[in-house]
Amino acid sequence: MSAFGNEAVWYLMRGSGVVALLLLTGVMALGIATYGGVRLAGMPRFATVALHRSISMLSVVFVAVHVATAVLDPYAAVNLVNAVVPFTAAAQPLLVGLGALAVDLLIALMVTGLLRERIGRRTWRTVHWGAYAMWPAAFVHAIGIGSDASTLWGRALGVAAVAVIGGSVAWRLLLPPDSAPAPLTAR
Amino acid sequence: MALTRTASRAGGLPGLAPRGLPRLLGPRDRGAAPAITGRELIDEVERSGLRGRGGGGFPTSLKLTAVADRRGRAVVVANGTEGEPASAKDATLLAHDPDLVIDGALAAAGAVGAREVIIAISRASTTAMARTTDAVRRRAPGALPVRLTVAGTPERFIVGEESALVHWLNGGPAKPTLTPPRPSERGVGGRPTLLQNVETLAHIGLIARHGADWFCRLGTDAEPGSMLVTVGGAVRDPGVHEIEIGTRIGDVLALSGGPVDGVAGVLVGGYFGTWLRTDDPLGVPFSAAGLRPVGGSVGAGTIVVLPRGTCGLKETARIARYLSGESAGQCGPCVFGLRALADAALALAGGRHAIEALREMRDLPREIEGRGACAHPDGAARLARSAVEAFPHEVQLHLQGRCSAPHGAPVVRVPASTGEWR
Amino acid sequence: MTTHLRLDPIACDGHGNCHELLPELIGLDRWGYPVVDGRAAVPATLERDARRAVTMCPKLALALERRDPKGR
Repeated sequence: MSAFGNEAVWYLMRGSGVVALLLLTGVMALGIATYGGVRLAGMPRFATVALHRSISMLSVVFVAVHVATAVLDPYAAVNLVNAVVPFTAAAQPLLVGLGALAVDLLIALMVTGLLRERIGRRTWRTVHWGAYAMWPAAFVHAIGIGSDASTLWGRALGVAAVAVIGGSVAWRLLLPPDSAPAPLTAR
Repeated sequence: MALTRTASRAGGLPGLAPRGLPRLLGPRDRGAAPAITGRELIDEVERSGLRGRGGGGFPTSLKLTAVADRRGRAVVVANGTEGEPASAKDATLLAHDPDLVIDGALAAAGAVGAREVIIAISRASTTAMARTTDAVRRRAPGALPVRLTVAGTPERFIVGEESALVHWLNGGPAKPTLTPPRPSERGVGGRPTLLQNVETLAHIGLIARHGADWFCRLGTDAEPGSMLVTVGGAVRDPGVHEIEIGTRIGDVLALSGGPVDGVAGVLVGGYFGTWLRTDDPLGVPFSAAGLRPVGGSVGAGTIVVLPRGTCGLKETARIARYLSGESAGQCGPCVFGLRALADAALALAGGRHAIEALREMRDLPREIEGRGACAHPDGAARLARSAVEAFPHEVQLHLQGRCSAPHGAPVVRVPASTGEWR
Repeated sequence: MTTHLRLDPIACDGHGNCHELLPELIGLDRWGYPVVDGRAAVPATLERDARRAVTMCPKLALALERRDPKGR
């Protein structure tokens, strides 16, 4: 591959990684919003869950591009196995491994999401809790390994992402417990 | 409260045992091995026309067949939990003759291919638990083809609901689960489960010994056999009796010494049942056919008598509040519907906003019926509707802000909710 | 064979997405919980919306089932 081609792959890997992280941040916030019955911008409530699903599909695409370019890029020193089996990379095994962990969880979330009606509520719910592990793994992978993490805009995005997730989780914890039924339509 | 007085359709004098009674509450002379076993027993039960005595009245042979036809080792659960506060027959039967229930459960286990029998009894029924545990212990474990255990359940109104009891036996709270799948398909430990009231199993035990023809010598053609009833409220001697199905309510009450002070209302079927809509409750035959025209059903065989000088609407309000507190809290229409129903019943009983309260008591049942995972909201709905229909004169008084018994003492026993689900 | 809606009232939390997507067949009671008539068959014209209502329930409380004329 020419030097120009290598660089293009390198930038595509970084770019798709940043976009993937931002999208996953949005997906997680939308997931919490779905659980809490939030209406976005006056839209009907089903729009929230529809948006959560569409953006999660989009984020999978960007993660796939990110993984593919990482494998193709000679400087990244990551092969396909390293990308899905955590902590097996030769270089930076922990940080690359966190990325692989996030990929595995994302695949599990996607598969169970698509097969949701077949596998039953309990299985789907159990696997979906993995989202709370996936985002931190992806985030630490990004700030640890990303070359853009030290730039100003990189740090700003990182802080914004943490704020969004932190705020969403805090809001979720303050919701009334499941055991006290009150219909969301009443809100 | 164990008594062995009996009554028959022919209206014999109370205290005398007419042909064939008592059967369940009679002297204990058990020990004879069953004559009919296995699949033949199911056929015999079908011939007998035995229906469940736990309140559902479902044909027992159908339940037996449903479980026997399933693949996999089945489980038999003897339901003696008796969550209905107005009923004491299961506790009485288990305290009087646990061996008969065990015999019936073992016979049923043989018929459906079960290797495990669990006898579920409310923890609060200490005598029944003690006597049953003793009886189980006395059975030589090696000689039994099944594993026999006793389990003590929490004291909740819906603990005896099939899916709730199975849920509890599986380690969860005593709250109903969504059916299908029914326990006969997948119940305790995921296995096909035969869940029968302890009285039903006792009848099966006797049918296994004496046959269907013997069983049908009592009762009516459509509803053969004897049954246990719990008579409560304002009668001289509240208690459990065994009667022939079809006996007039007046004769049944006579077994308990008759009403103390007239009859202003009769509650049949427990808190899950209805107030009878008739001017002559004493003449009503105690059977499904006799009760249906007056808005009642046999249920678990409970009869509560309201004396003169009590207000049926006040009693209904107390029961409605109890039923609301006993909701499992899983389904919106039940949680909110029963709360609204109790509020309406209380308002009507107190003569406050009576017109709206009456409208609510008519509208709410339609809004909540059939919308829960179990029949709990349906029971409360049915009770509320029956109160309005059975006490029209009282309703008129309350609409005017008056009451026939403003200072009447409460009659129906409403226990405090224990709040436990395990 | 007819198609019917089935609601699991235990799983239902009253989100109301189903009512938004299929108001012709699913209403809301006075407390905000969906009212689903499982006995009525879903007309063919609404089958796609019914499918969407099932998919969009966050609690997987709604299901579509096929029943034969005997109601099984």
